[in-house]
Amino acid sequence: MDNSYLIKTDELVKIFPMGKSKITALNHVNLQFKKAEFSGLVGPSGSGKTTLLNIVGSLDSPTEGSATVMGRKIEDLSHKQGAELRNRHIGFIFQTFNLLPVYTVFENVEFPLLLLGLSAQERKKKVMKALEWVQLADRVKSKPAQLSGGESQRVAIARAVVKEPKIILADEPTANLDAENSHNILRTLEKINRELETTFIFATHDEKVIRYLRRKITLIDGKVARDEVFENPVGKGEGQ
Amino acid sequence: MILPRLALRNLLGAGLKTWLNVVVLSFSFVVIIWSQGLYKGMGDQARVAQTDAEFGGGQYWQEKYDPFDPLTLQDAHAAIPESLQTKIEKGEAAPILISQATIYPEGRLQTILMKGIDPAQSVVNLPTRFLDQENEDLPVLIGTRMAKNTGLKIGDTVTVRWRDVQGTFDARDAKIVQIMKTNVPTVDQAQIWVPLDKLQALTRMENEASLVILAQDTREFPQTSGWIHKDMDFLLKDINTLVKTKQVGGSIIYIILLALAMLAIFNTQVLSIFRRRKEMGTLMSLGMTRGKIIQLFTMEGAMHSVLAAVVAAIYGIPLLLSFAKKGWAMPQAMDDYGIALGEVLFPVYGTGLVIGTTVLILLVTTIVSFLPTRKIAKLKPTDALRGKMT
Repeated sequence: MDNSYLIKTDELVKIFPMGKSKITALNHVNLQFKKAEFSGLVGPSGSGKTTLLNIVGSLDSPTEGSATVMGRKIEDLSHKQGAELRNRHIGFIFQTFNLLPVYTVFENVEFPLLLLGLSAQERKKKVMKALEWVQLADRVKSKPAQLSGGESQRVAIARAVVKEPKIILADEPTANLDAENSHNILRTLEKINRELETTFIFATHDEKVIRYLRRKITLIDGKVARDEVFENPVGKGEGQ
Repeated sequence: MILPRLALRNLLGAGLKTWLNVVVLSFSFVVIIWSQGLYKGMGDQARVAQTDAEFGGGQYWQEKYDPFDPLTLQDAHAAIPESLQTKIEKGEAAPILISQATIYPEGRLQTILMKGIDPAQSVVNLPTRFLDQENEDLPVLIGTRMAKNTGLKIGDTVTVRWRDVQGTFDARDAKIVQIMKTNVPTVDQAQIWVPLDKLQALTRMENEASLVILAQDTREFPQTSGWIHKDMDFLLKDINTLVKTKQVGGSIIYIILLALAMLAIFNTQVLSIFRRRKEMGTLMSLGMTRGKIIQLFTMEGAMHSVLAAVVAAIYGIPLLLSFAKKGWAMPQAMDDYGIALGEVLFPVYGTGLVIGTTVLILLVTTIVSFLPTRKIAKLKPTDALRGKMT
């Protein structure tokens, strides 16, 4: 494997059985992602964006071909190894935030660090740093139900960032947010990408997100239709 | 240590639902400990009373003696062997001679056992000193149950008829010198107590006995020809069996209560796993293994019993202690229960009972909590994140 790539897919195929028929979600996808990329998978619904994200995130496995993340082949990982990869190196941001409802903001962000077995002191330091990134350090004691959509997504970002993973996978992160909140979130993510050199992969069909991307991969019917790189994304500086 | 903390956090976060389950389960704790304590108290009280008034520290039975066979009773007597005679002289044993007899209280006929005992004995706790009456031809000691059944009172005279060793009938008027109150029906019902030497003389069985009761601190049990040593395990066997039987009967109540509590917890677990699939998916995406998620959900369920133990301790300890102090007054009808219950029953709560009950409930709750979580093992992270059950 070429070590300059964090993520690499080779002839990746994912087929879902649907009753007696089968649906090909990914059809021989070959892609590579380098460190600190700010890229996105775009395309219509059912084009395979989320499926690709799930496989790269070791939440699913390929039917054929191979996906290599941080030098590990996803198809060869056991459940435990997959969980360890996610725990150490991958952060997720979901469309519906997926915050744990009975925990406070602090506890939600602290959760991945608990799984990593860090000391209370270390956890507190990292959690506060992550919450400062998303400008929610004053809401540590709030419960998810007390937060707005934008605030909830910022907590979810803090939770993904807190362990400083190499990769963050964001599935439609702005779909439930208004324009202003979307821009705020995207600026925060861009800042994290720049300062921590985290590789971001979005799955989106939101134009606001697409305008921030430095690399846009268009998927149609499970195939890579286009792979474009932008030196100066147009979204930068918007919404300010 | 992360899982118990998370489980407790989730459990307390569930609010009222958790507390409802916990309260029901805490009832199980208190009822199990109370009922088992009651049966233990019953057993202990019966054993102490029976040992005190009847069994002493074990008995020697003449080889033909069988308390449940009236046909052999007439032949169940023999001269007291020397080894036992030595103990009797030292006050470490008390011989009892038993003869079948008939009394005629108020003109009615009643078959009884006439038991001869040394008025000066101190081996069993019976008021036999009242039999030490030189002026009376045949002084008699009876229990309250016998007095009630026959209508006899202190000072009454009653005709007693018996057969001597040759089988010859004889009769005499006997005087009731004392009515004793005892918890032990087997030294009271259908029997009268008379001085041993008088009974030996009346039956012409000089220096003979049917059984010899040993003092409670007896450690040596000599081999004696024609006499069989009966240890405490043998003598208390019936009481132990009876208490065990009552215990099993009483267990049904708490099994039902425990089953209800377990049903509530099982239901909560099933609902949790159904409703919290997305949460499970999130936990998986954060790097938690399915095994750990199963452990977390099982622990959440099992922690109901830990909280229930705490809640049960808050209201149960004062309640149970006050009950142990004041006891439970037994209704009159319970006198025919078959064992020496006493007028007030005092429950006994041992450490073993409390720990045993806690472990039992914790174990059952853990099993009940684990069963629905097995579904998680088949859960795909992608399905869970979409809120789908695989």
